[in-house]
Amino acid sequence: MVEVKDIIKEENLVYTKSKILTDKVFHYCPGCSHGVVHKLIAEVIEEMDIQDKTIAISPVGCSVLAYNYLAVDWQEAAHGRAPALATAVSRLMPDKYVFAYQGDGDLASIGTAEIIHACNRGENIVIIFINNGIYGMTGGQMAPTTLEGMPTSTSPYGRDVKLAGHPLKITDLIAQLPGTEYVTRQAVHTPAAVRKCKKAILKAFQNVGKKNGTQFIEVVSTCNSGWKLSPVKANEWMVENMFPVYPLGDLKG
Amino acid sequence: MAKVRGAIKVDVEKCKGCGLCVVACPTSVIALSRDVNSKGYNYAYMEVPEACTGCANCGLVCPDSVIDVYRVKAGVEA
Repeated sequence: MVEVKDIIKEENLVYTKSKILTDKVFHYCPGCSHGVVHKLIAEVIEEMDIQDKTIAISPVGCSVLAYNYLAVDWQEAAHGRAPALATAVSRLMPDKYVFAYQGDGDLASIGTAEIIHACNRGENIVIIFINNGIYGMTGGQMAPTTLEGMPTSTSPYGRDVKLAGHPLKITDLIAQLPGTEYVTRQAVHTPAAVRKCKKAILKAFQNVGKKNGTQFIEVVSTCNSGWKLSPVKANEWMVENMFPVYPLGDLKG
Repeated sequence: MAKVRGAIKVDVEKCKGCGLCVVACPTSVIALSRDVNSKGYNYAYMEVPEACTGCANCGLVCPDSVIDVYRVKAGVEA
């Protein structure tokens, strides 16, 4: 019988933290999807060997401190303006891999104009869009992406579509714009989904080199603190309630 | 048939005890410890180490990248 101490040796290592991730501990809540997506971006950057060619734009939201965690060059944008800043960076430095990392409050609410126009212009950037259906950072308020009937701290009886409108499927809108090349919706709730999501991020980053348009990846995510569920229960809730409204798969490309 | 054995090493101080690795493990190796780390989280550990196949599912879903996965071919066993 092989002992555990004989297995845990350098030469037997099959999976470890990406070197692009810094040693800082994520400030995210336990079980937050942000951590998985950060890790996947880091793995893609490491695999493509583009650490010194990547410039990332961090948003306002929970991931505002993302520049602490990935060892690439970062710019911090004003709320919702990450695609505008990414436009500037990619036009000034066309040989760099520029990606903007945004949440749903940032991208689908205050930054709607910026994202629609950046995608319509077909800027040569990757947009990573984390959609958890609420404003996570500020305490779980209703966002444009909040599901119908979903209770949040500002809609404790559930979202009333007569009052607050319908959930905004921004990815579906963006897929219709001729400027986008690759639009997909992924999740990171199971190992299989994580692998698929990584493939999508890899494809998006590879497409950047071809300069054919904007790459847009939505990751349907959980906010277990904001949803007031355990991480495991939040994943189950997401499968049951978020996926019917935000079905996974490639929308374009 | 060569049997594949695996093991995981958890960075105990960085683990936040979210439990996503526990449900992701196909062979139910991982559990959350009764002990806590210095932040008060019940960290993940191998409860049934002999069942681990080193599939790395736990590492993939870990939001904090605290799990290192090791794998060996344990040779022919009766």
